Amino acid sequence: MSAPAVRREIPYRYRLMGTKCLNCGALFHPPQRICPKCGSKDLVEEELAWRGRLVAYTVIRRPPKGYEDYKPYIVGLIELKDGKLILAQIVDCDIEEVRPGLKLEATFRRIREDGKSGIIEYGYKFRPVIEWNWQKKPNPEK
Amino acid sequence: MSSKVAIVGVGCTKVGEHWDKSLRQLFLEASLKALEEADVDRVDAIYVGNMASATINFQQHLGALMADVMGMRGVDAVRVEAADASGSAAVHQAYMAIKSGQAQTVLVGGVEKLTDARPADVEYAAMMSERSEYVVYSGITIAGLNAIQTQLYMDRFNARYEDIVNFAVNDHRNAAGNPYAQFPFPITVERVLESPPVADPIRLFDTTAPADGAAALVLCPLETAKKLCDTPVVIEASVLATDGVNPYERDDVLTLTSTRVAAERAYRTAGITPRDVDVVEVHNTSSIMGVLALEDLGFVEKGQGWRFVAEGQIALNADLPTNTLGGLKARGHPWGATGVYQLVELTWQLRGEAGGNQVDGAEIGLAQSVGGLGATTVVHILRRWH
Ligand SMILES: [Zn+2]
Repeated sequence: MSAPAVRREIPYRYRLMGTKCLNCGALFHPPQRICPKCGSKDLVEEELAWRGRLVAYTVIRRPPKGYEDYKPYIVGLIELKDGKLILAQIVDCDIEEVRPGLKLEATFRRIREDGKSGIIEYGYKFRPVIEWNWQKKPNPEK
Repeated sequence: MSSKVAIVGVGCTKVGEHWDKSLRQLFLEASLKALEEADVDRVDAIYVGNMASATINFQQHLGALMADVMGMRGVDAVRVEAADASGSAAVHQAYMAIKSGQAQTVLVGGVEKLTDARPADVEYAAMMSERSEYVVYSGITIAGLNAIQTQLYMDRFNARYEDIVNFAVNDHRNAAGNPYAQFPFPITVERVLESPPVADPIRLFDTTAPADGAAALVLCPLETAKKLCDTPVVIEASVLATDGVNPYERDDVLTLTSTRVAAERAYRTAGITPRDVDVVEVHNTSSIMGVLALEDLGFVEKGQGWRFVAEGQIALNADLPTNTLGGLKARGHPWGATGVYQLVELTWQLRGEAGGNQVDGAEIGLAQSVGGLGATTVVHILRRWH
């Protein structure tokens, strides 16, 4: 993997930039210039929602080259709050605890390395949302 | 323009681990059988279906290479690529070449040589059918994508995994009678469920294994075919259709729209309905893909495929004999060759040469070949000529 090949994907991998069709409303990630659903060329850039819920998942136990160190790992189909479906690894979550319906948020993580001297690729994975009760102040004595 | 295109010769190698045979030797072996059967020495064009020779075998330029191997320097020859539908896409090109009148006699061969690579490299090469920067990037595999489909299907249609995997069991039962099959032995549902998980809920015995293999056809116009052989098989329709490459950016994750579109066009071209089909070959990288194929080809309603399969209606002696010589699961899935294997096997069925697996009175056969998760489907409809 060359540096330019990784660099040009940065807006989509680091910031979840996609495009939205102004004619039919469909969202695309990575971006499409021409809407494959309605044929319109009237699309604008749009950042996808960073939160969503898990629709379905699998546990990869026989990974492809470059992912061996992570196995077993969870890959899920996630429905974002804007309705877009996205496929990503689910992290910070035990295999025993993952279930459809789980609330998730995007997080910035290392994806893979190209050998010892090659590029390290980063991007989005998703993790469970921690429900934080803001009313309850953290106990300073603890 | 030629009116109809016919198959006058078929051949294939056994699917499996051919340690002693290269990509070239596999192609040669299958092609020689097909040419000998057709009693043809030279053709006007060669189409080579192959998916992964660049990544696995460090070899491209298969058109010229195979023309040279076949002793046909000078001939029009090119490789056709459409992921694991490459073989059927090559047949589609050959069909069009004859239809256009550009070629009279054509050799089509599908070839794949995967067992030289490490398993993780094969997984990686398989994923090249999907969006490299985003889907592959997530670390998912083909089995993983099939697993998500399976999970969604079970949730939506109240199906159980142990019912769905009857598709794999049917493949193995049929492969037991096929000397060219990679796994010619029966298995049970229990055996599938006891095999190691690959991508939950998918088990090892519900996936395909890396394989080597080649299959070939000789095609010509029907008028010529009648002189060359007693039992020509006519290609009544050859249709290729595409869909969005990201499976989850389609209208419905559980509908193979490319299959629907290709099948509708093929039925119309052949002037038949799904009810007229006697024998079927579908592209089942896992059981779920076989179930979806039966639904989207119009044999059974959406959501009912799993029941149709669990009730045994795809068995050799049942309503819709499917994957009669083992399918992707048990005949094997040497990617770029698979689509051609399907047509070789349908030709045997329609000629009455399928041995113990013969479907009585088979007149019309349909093959559905898929690239990746359905971004490409090629549908062929074959008919025995009287
Ligand atoms: Zn649109």
